[in-house]
Amino acid sequence: MLTTMISNGSMLHTDSLIHYTLHLADNALILSQRNSEWCGHGPVLEQDIAITNISLDLLGQARNFYQYAAILIGGTASEDKLAYHRNENEFKNCLLAEQPKGDWAVTILRQFIFSAYQYLLYRQLAKSTDHQLAAIASKAVKEVTYHLRWSSEWVIRLGDGTAESHARMVNAIQDLWMFTGELFLPAPYETEIQNQGIITGVEKLQQEWITTIENTFSEATLALPTDTGWMQTGGKTGRHTEYLGRILAELQYMQRIYPNCEW
Amino acid sequence: MDADTIQIKAAWKILEQVADPEVPVLTVIDLGIIRHIDIVEHRLQITITPTYTGCPAMDVMSMGIRMALLENGFKHIEIKQVLSPAWTTDWMSESGKQKLKAYGIAPPNTTQAVCTPQSFQQEESIQCPLCNSYHTQLISQFGSTACKALYKCDDCKEPFDYFKCH
Ligand SMILES: [Zn+2]
Repeated sequence: MLTTMISNGSMLHTDSLIHYTLHLADNALILSQRNSEWCGHGPVLEQDIAITNISLDLLGQARNFYQYAAILIGGTASEDKLAYHRNENEFKNCLLAEQPKGDWAVTILRQFIFSAYQYLLYRQLAKSTDHQLAAIASKAVKEVTYHLRWSSEWVIRLGDGTAESHARMVNAIQDLWMFTGELFLPAPYETEIQNQGIITGVEKLQQEWITTIENTFSEATLALPTDTGWMQTGGKTGRHTEYLGRILAELQYMQRIYPNCEW
Repeated sequence: MDADTIQIKAAWKILEQVADPEVPVLTVIDLGIIRHIDIVEHRLQITITPTYTGCPAMDVMSMGIRMALLENGFKHIEIKQVLSPAWTTDWMSESGKQKLKAYGIAPPNTTQAVCTPQSFQQEESIQCPLCNSYHTQLISQFGSTACKALYKCDDCKEPFDYFKCH
C-alpha cells in the first residue's frame, strides 16, 4: 500500500511524515533485533540481561512508531505488516543499526553512539508539532537515558581497561565510525517535514553529539578519529549493506513462510 | 449522583482487583496507569498509559481490565492507550509502595537522583526491603523486568530488586 502511494509519484502531504515515522521505527526494530542476538550469550548474566532489556525497550519504541505509521497510512496497514511484510529496500534504518553485533566492544560502541544520538533526537522530537511523535519520544527518552548511561560506562570500562579491551575498542571505532555521518544527514523526507515545521532537523544535533562522544572517549582514553574520512550512507533511503537482508531473513521468516499466521 | 457517575465509581472499584502480572501485589490502580474512566456514548472508556514503552505486561493488563469489567456486568468497554503525559513512578500510590516493600521489592525513592545520562554517578542509597539497611550496592541498572534494577544488601547479603525511577 505504501509502495503504491510512492510509485504514484505525487507527494501527498503525509507521505514524508510516514517515511520519517518508518525511519524511526526501523532504526529501533533493527537495532533491537541485533542486540537480541546476545540473549543467552552475554559476557556475564547481568550484562546479558542489560543488553536484552535495551532490546526490549527498542522493540517497544518500534511498535509505537509502526502503530502510528499504520494509522497515517490507513486502510489495512498494521504494525505487523510494516515490520514483517516490507522488503529490504523499503527499510529506512541507518546503516549503523544493521551492522553485525561483532564482539562486546563493537556492540557497546554502537549502542553508545546510537543512544547518544537517540537521546538528543528524542529530546528534540519531544517538542515536535506532531503530537503523537512528541508523545512517543518524550516517553522513550526516559529509557534512552538509561541506555546512554549504561553504554557510556562500558565504553569507559573497556577503553580504560586492559590492553586487550582498549585495543578492541580502537578496532570497534575503526569499524563503525564511517556509519556515523549518516545519522546527521537528513533524507529528503526529513527535509520535507522540516520545511513543514514538524521537526527541527537532525543536522542541528551533530555538534552536541560530538561533544558527548568526545567527553566519554576522553574518560575512556580513546581518541576521536581526526580524519573523518569517507562516510557510508544510503540506509535512510533504502540502500543497505548486505547485513540487513540477513536480519530480515531471520526476523520475517515465519511471516514469509506462513503469511498472516497468528498464535 | 447520576447513573454515569455511579457506573464510573463502580468501575474504579473493580479495577482495584486487577493485578500487574509481573508484580502481582500491585494493582493497576497502585501503579497509576489508569488515567481516566469516562462514559462516552453509553460505552465505558478506560484510558490507560503504559509504564515502560516495551513493557509486555501492558497487553496482559488491558486484557485483565476488560475481563474484570465484563465479569462485573459491563458490556460496552473501550480501552484507550495514551502516551502523554508519560508515566512516572511518582504516580505510584503510597499503599502500592508499601505493598512492594512487603513483597521484597524496594519501592522507588521519592528523591530520584539517577534519571540523568551521566556515567558512574554517585549512587542513590536504596533501602534493603528485607532488613531496612542502607548498606546496599547496585549490581545492575537492568533487572528481571524493564521496571527494575538489581541490588545487593551488604548487611543481610540478600540480593533484591529495586523499582527504579522513571
Ligand atoms: Zn538487607
